[in-house]
Amino acid sequence: MTRRAIEPILWVLFSAGGVLAALLIPSLLFLFGLAFPLGWISPPGHAHLVGLLGHPLVRAATFLLCSLALFHWAHRFRYTLYDGLQIKHLNEIVNALCYGGAVLGSAVAAYLVLQIP
Amino acid sequence: MSDRSGFTEYHPRWLRPRMSTYWWLTRWSHFRFILRELSSVFVAWFVVYFLILVHAVSRGPASYQAFLDWSGSAAVLVLNVVGLAFVVFHAVTWFTLAPQAMAVRVGGRRVPGFIVAASNYLAWAVASAGVAWLLLGGWR
Repeated sequence: MTRRAIEPILWVLFSAGGVLAALLIPSLLFLFGLAFPLGWISPPGHAHLVGLLGHPLVRAATFLLCSLALFHWAHRFRYTLYDGLQIKHLNEIVNALCYGGAVLGSAVAAYLVLQIP
Repeated sequence: MSDRSGFTEYHPRWLRPRMSTYWWLTRWSHFRFILRELSSVFVAWFVVYFLILVHAVSRGPASYQAFLDWSGSAAVLVLNVVGLAFVVFHAVTWFTLAPQAMAVRVGGRRVPGFIVAASNYLAWAVASAGVAWLLLGGWR
């Protein structure tokens, strides 16, 4: 596929990841990053989380959130480096690292989601 | 080939003013743009953090407890406080821009921007409440 043909697909992945990230990450990060560790709210028990994360829909949602959020990162971060630091001569390497990282991260996410008992 | 005619050494210089690498520091709106773009780094951090949690839960109660202890360490807390600020900034800018990105039409008329933005914020509230409900025992 040529660059021009793949660009809209990358943009759709960026956009879908942006929506999911905006909807879900603030609450998840608030709970697991602040409220539970600081003891504001008592964290869910292990059995509860296994039951929740093992549910087919939650498994699918977890994978989609992780994968699409990574493609969102890849697309945005690539342009941050492009516009912000103007390292245009490294474009190919930056693209390979960003999108390659998103593909690799999605594979890891799929593996970890399937490991939940 | 010294007798080639019509060739001149003269070449007009490109009018390309050199842009500073730090152009985004000169104006608040530019700086905010770069901050918004950098929020993606913390979106990626969240994915890493969340996958560590998923892995810990898969490995058993002891690993989950170790994750909870690790999440309370100062470095991780600081990272997550900064991360939360950036992720909220991403959400607010994303939903505020939604009316420009989506031209919703109902019955041939364009829905006013504030309604599109408001429905996005409503979806955010519903999604956050859903996450809290699932995690804090509403679901069995």
